[in-house]
Amino acid sequence: MARREMLWGYAFIAPWLVGLLAFTAGPLVAVFYWSFTDYPMLSAPTWVGLDNYRRIFTDDDKFLLSLVNTAWYVGVRVPLHLGLAFVFALLLHRGLRGIGLLRTAIYLPSMLPIVALAVVWRILLDPRIGYVNYFTGLIGLPPVNWLTSEVWIKPVIVGISLWHVGVPMVVFLAGLGSIPDQLYEAASIDGAGRWRQLLHVTIPMLTPAILYNVIIDVINSFQVFAYAFVMTNGGPNDASLFYVLYIYRHAFELFQMGYASALSAILFVIILIFTVVLLKVARPWVQYERV
Amino acid sequence: MSASDAVTGPPRSSLRRERSFDVVAVVVLAAATLVMLLPVYLMTLTSLSPAERAFAYPPNLLPTSLTLANYPEALFRLLPFPLYLRNTAIIAALVIVGDLLSCSLVAYGFARFRFPGRDALFVVLLSTLMVPLIVRLVPLFVLFQKLGWINTFLPVVVPAFFGTPLYIFLMRQSFLTIPSELIDAARLDGASEIGIWWRIMLPLSKPVLAAVAIFTLQNTWNDFLGPLVFLQKNEVRTVMLGLYGLMGMFADWHLVMAAVVTTVAPMVALFLLFQKFFVKGLAVTGLKG
Repeated sequence: MARREMLWGYAFIAPWLVGLLAFTAGPLVAVFYWSFTDYPMLSAPTWVGLDNYRRIFTDDDKFLLSLVNTAWYVGVRVPLHLGLAFVFALLLHRGLRGIGLLRTAIYLPSMLPIVALAVVWRILLDPRIGYVNYFTGLIGLPPVNWLTSEVWIKPVIVGISLWHVGVPMVVFLAGLGSIPDQLYEAASIDGAGRWRQLLHVTIPMLTPAILYNVIIDVINSFQVFAYAFVMTNGGPNDASLFYVLYIYRHAFELFQMGYASALSAILFVIILIFTVVLLKVARPWVQYERV
Repeated sequence: MSASDAVTGPPRSSLRRERSFDVVAVVVLAAATLVMLLPVYLMTLTSLSPAERAFAYPPNLLPTSLTLANYPEALFRLLPFPLYLRNTAIIAALVIVGDLLSCSLVAYGFARFRFPGRDALFVVLLSTLMVPLIVRLVPLFVLFQKLGWINTFLPVVVPAFFGTPLYIFLMRQSFLTIPSELIDAARLDGASEIGIWWRIMLPLSKPVLAAVAIFTLQNTWNDFLGPLVFLQKNEVRTVMLGLYGLMGMFADWHLVMAAVVTTVAPMVALFLLFQKFFVKGLAVTGLKG
């Protein structure tokens, strides 16, 4: 029976194992191998040792720029996105009558694909006759060339990305819903006010949802691509040249597969480090037990 | 039941404070809702405006003198959107079938069988969530090109038949809650393992299967990077590539907006119809992660 069970177990997970080798592990190995080669796509890869990495780290201003742009996006977007999601979730969780309608409305734009959001905002942000400059003009602000301003382009893209706030918000709402009411009763009997309840009951009990949202949001934000690709193609003056866009250019516009592989390998290592560090840092204070 | 209801018999002053807090909450949320829905309203309005209204300044804010003429113009004349819609629907249908079959088989294996290395393999499965498509894109492109799959649906469809980690995880969580007495009884009755998967696990997991189907549809519909790289010929393009193409043609805005509304409308309808699955599905991913 045990042997039979074992064989059936492997049989059931076999599709995933095959897919893992073909579409994840294999490509990952190939990326690291090709990162040490010159591979101009039409001819076979030739070994060049660390040359790609040497060029990336010492001779490629755009690598550093795209990394800094991406770090800016991640660093500004993740706290704003999750902070907003958290506040909305807290307010929605009060369970007032008719509030389900507001929840639906706030989540609705999360259904809009990034490409659609990018297309819509490119039009709304038109400097001459777009709605955004019209609205800011109503309160006396001068018109801005949002998409061609090196100063504004990254804040604008972060702002647009906040229309997807519904996704982490729903995760927070589910977390809030799973906190037992007795905890709040006990806290209020102990004389804890709203603020202390938030600090000592809500947030500690919400740590699994917070950790999940932070990790997913960091990983996703590092992959920011379509907003810039559709709205600015990295401009103006590379101010929205994000890292994935830079990989894309080397791979599918310049067909430098070796160089693109090295850039991809670096992104993988960055995401790996962030995830491992976040999990490690979070371990002592994440509350997994349910009361 | 909300946190505030838990406090039994609060004094009058704190009750009043609760009330005013509620008012603040509703005002803040209503303002947020307006801001969130404003671009949706403006894109719909522009898509229904005749050219002279769409380019007017100050811009049109109220729904006056609407027309549907932009839609056929954008969808049929500028780019073949019926073709893109058909392609996207075919891809989505195949991906849904692939994901439901493969993920449920794999999830059953992880949930209900003991075999050496199972837990380690499950950690591997979860850690592949950290390997996004962009990291694997160069080798996958080369692989699919060698196979002659570029400009066919295969690169975006076939991987689904080999399981998607997040969905395997969701289904495993659901399968773990099915009582083992049911499975043991079925085995005693002579049911095969495949029979148990088909007759017990799947029928008892309809909510999670529905959630996975809906997520898959949404992700496939909205996918951009994969189709951009793998589906380069016009005949195989998806709706999102169509939108991107329309942008590149410098088409007039009211026409672009008509295409946007058409391509996102199915997803908005999906959400409004199946809201509870979105909430539940996301909830499970967030809490047990």
